[in-house]
Amino acid sequence: MLRKNGFLYELNKNKILFLMIAPTLVFFFINSYVPMVGIYFAFTRFDFNGGLFGSPFVGLENFKFLWKSGALWGLTRNTVAYNLAFILFVNGAAIFCAIMLSEMKGKAFKKITQSVMFLPYFISFVLLNAIAYNLFNFDTGFVNTTLKSLGSNPMDIYNTPTAWIFLLVIFYVWKNLGYTMVIYLATITGISDEYYEAAKIDGANIFQRIWYITVPMLKPTFIILLLFSLGSIMKGQFDLFYQLIGNNGILYNTTDILDTYVFRSLKVTFDIGMATSAGLFQSFFGFVLIMTVNYFIKKSNEEYALF
Amino acid sequence: MRFSRRVPVKSNSIDSVAFNIIAYLIIITISVICIFPFLLLISGSFTDNESIVRDGYHLIPKVFSLAAYEAVLTFPGKVLRAYGVTIFVTVVGTTLGLFMMTMAGYVLQRKDFKYRNKLSFYIYFTTLFGGGLVPWYIMITKYLQLTDTYAALIFPGLMTPFLIILMRSFIKSSIPEELTESSKIDGANDFTIYYRVVLPLAMPGIATVGLFLALHYWNSWFSTSLFINDQDKYELQYFLYNIINTAAAVSQLGVSTGVSFGQDIPTESTKLAMAMIVTGPILLLYPFVQRFFVKGLTIGAVKG
Repeated sequence: MLRKNGFLYELNKNKILFLMIAPTLVFFFINSYVPMVGIYFAFTRFDFNGGLFGSPFVGLENFKFLWKSGALWGLTRNTVAYNLAFILFVNGAAIFCAIMLSEMKGKAFKKITQSVMFLPYFISFVLLNAIAYNLFNFDTGFVNTTLKSLGSNPMDIYNTPTAWIFLLVIFYVWKNLGYTMVIYLATITGISDEYYEAAKIDGANIFQRIWYITVPMLKPTFIILLLFSLGSIMKGQFDLFYQLIGNNGILYNTTDILDTYVFRSLKVTFDIGMATSAGLFQSFFGFVLIMTVNYFIKKSNEEYALF
Repeated sequence: MRFSRRVPVKSNSIDSVAFNIIAYLIIITISVICIFPFLLLISGSFTDNESIVRDGYHLIPKVFSLAAYEAVLTFPGKVLRAYGVTIFVTVVGTTLGLFMMTMAGYVLQRKDFKYRNKLSFYIYFTTLFGGGLVPWYIMITKYLQLTDTYAALIFPGLMTPFLIILMRSFIKSSIPEELTESSKIDGANDFTIYYRVVLPLAMPGIATVGLFLALHYWNSWFSTSLFINDQDKYELQYFLYNIINTAAAVSQLGVSTGVSFGQDIPTESTKLAMAMIVTGPILLLYPFVQRFFVKGLTIGAVKG
C-alpha cells in the first residue's frame, strides 16, 4: 500500500496532471536551474575545452580583479540609478496620463490617443536604434537638420555622454508609457462612481475629486508595479542600452550597466571568468535586495508582499 | 424648470473646462511625440538618398523617391530568407510555448493538486536568482550544442514565469470549479477536461498570452546575436540590426546575391526602407490586436 499523502500516492492519483506540467518543469530546470551550477565558473580561470571541471580553480581572484578594476561601483550605480529613474518617471507619467484620459468625454479621441501612445511598446529595440539614429545622427539626423535650418550649430550627441542620461530615460518612458497607462486606466475604471457622485454633491471640484479619490485609489496598483520592477532592479533593460549605445566606448562612463558589461565581456573581450563573476554579483545583489524589500513590506502590510 | 434646479453641480463648471483644455493639450502633445518618430522613418524611407546626405532627414521628403525600396526588393533573397526564419520561429515558438503554458497554468490552479504552491514557487524562483548570462550561454553552446540551430532561437523564449502566472489567473477566474468536477464525474480524465473544457473557455487569455509571446519572438534579435553565425539563419531583426550598424552590410545586400550594385546603393534611405519592411507587419496588425493586449493587461494587473 502506498502511504496516503505521500509523494508516490499523489503521483499515482494525479498521473496526468504531473505529465501535463512536466514539460514546464523540465524547461525551467534546463533553462534556469542548470546554469546556476555554472556559477562555479566565477571561481575558475575558464578554459573552453576543459569545461566545468577542467578549468583551474582560482578562488576569489576574478572578484578581486573586478573590484580592483574599479568597474564594479560605476556599473552598480548606473544600473540602480537608471532603473529607479525608469520606474519613477514611467509610473508618474502613466498615472498623470491615465487620470487625464479617464476624465475626458470624447470616446473616439480617447481611443485613438490611447492606441497611439501604446504603439511604441510594440516595436523592436532594433527599430528604436533606427529611430535614435534618424533623430540624432550628426550629419543627417532630424534634430541637427532642424538646428541647422534655424541657424544654430549642430550637436554631436553620439559623442556627448551626459545627453544619454536623459535620452535613455526619455526613450524608456516613450516606449513603456502606453503599456503602464493601460494598467492604471483599468484600475480607475474599477473605482465605483458613487464616490465621485458623493464628492460632487459635497461640492468638490474636479481637481479635488482627482486628488482625494482617484490618486489614493491608485496606490495599491502603484505598489504592486513598484514591487515587480524592484525585483528586476539589477537587470537593467539590456535591449534598450545595447541598441542605443552599442559598443560606443565614449559613452560607457554614464551608460554602462551590469548587463551590457557582462555581454561585452562574453562577446567582445572573451573574459569568461570576469563576466561570470560580474553576473553572479548582479544575481546575488538583486536577490538580497528583493528579499530585504519583501521582508519590510511583509512587516508593514502583508497584503502587498510579493511572496 | 424643475429638472435643471435638481442638478447639484453643473458639469461644465469653470474648473472642469480648465481641466479639459489642459488635459486635451497635454494628451495631444504626448500622442504627437509618440507617433512622430514613425512618421519620420516613413518619410525618410521615401526620400531620395542624395537629398538625405545633403539636407538631412525631414518630416516631408524634399525629393521623393522609391529607390530605397527598389534597392531592397530587387534582391529579395536575403530579406525573404530572414522573414522566413522569423515567421517559422514565431509560429513554432508561440504554438509550443502556449501548449506548455496553458497546461501548466491549468495544473497550477487546480485546488486538488497538492504541490501547486511548491511548483509555483519553483517557477517563480527563477525570477529571483539565476546563474547569469555566461553560464547559460556556455550551457547552450557547449553542452546542448545548439549553435546555428533553430532550437537556439526557439528554446530560450518558450515560457516566462510572468506569462505562466497570467495564464494561471486567467484560467482560475474564467472557469468555474464545478465545471471541472462535473466533467470528472462524467468520466473525463484531466487531459480531456483541459482539452475539451478549459481550452475553449480560456480563449481570450490564450490570445493575450499568445500575442505577448509572438511579439517577443517577432522582435527578438538577442538569440541570433549570441548563437547564430550562419547568415541564412539570421532573424529579421538581427538582419536589420546589421544593416543599420554596418554600412558594409547594405552594399553586401547586392554582392551576396550575386548581383553587382556598384556605388549607387542608397545607404541612408535603404536603412529606413529596411526598417519599414521589418516593422510593416506590426504596424498593419497593430490596430486589430491592440484590444487583446489591453484586455489581457487588465486581467494581469490583478494580482494572481
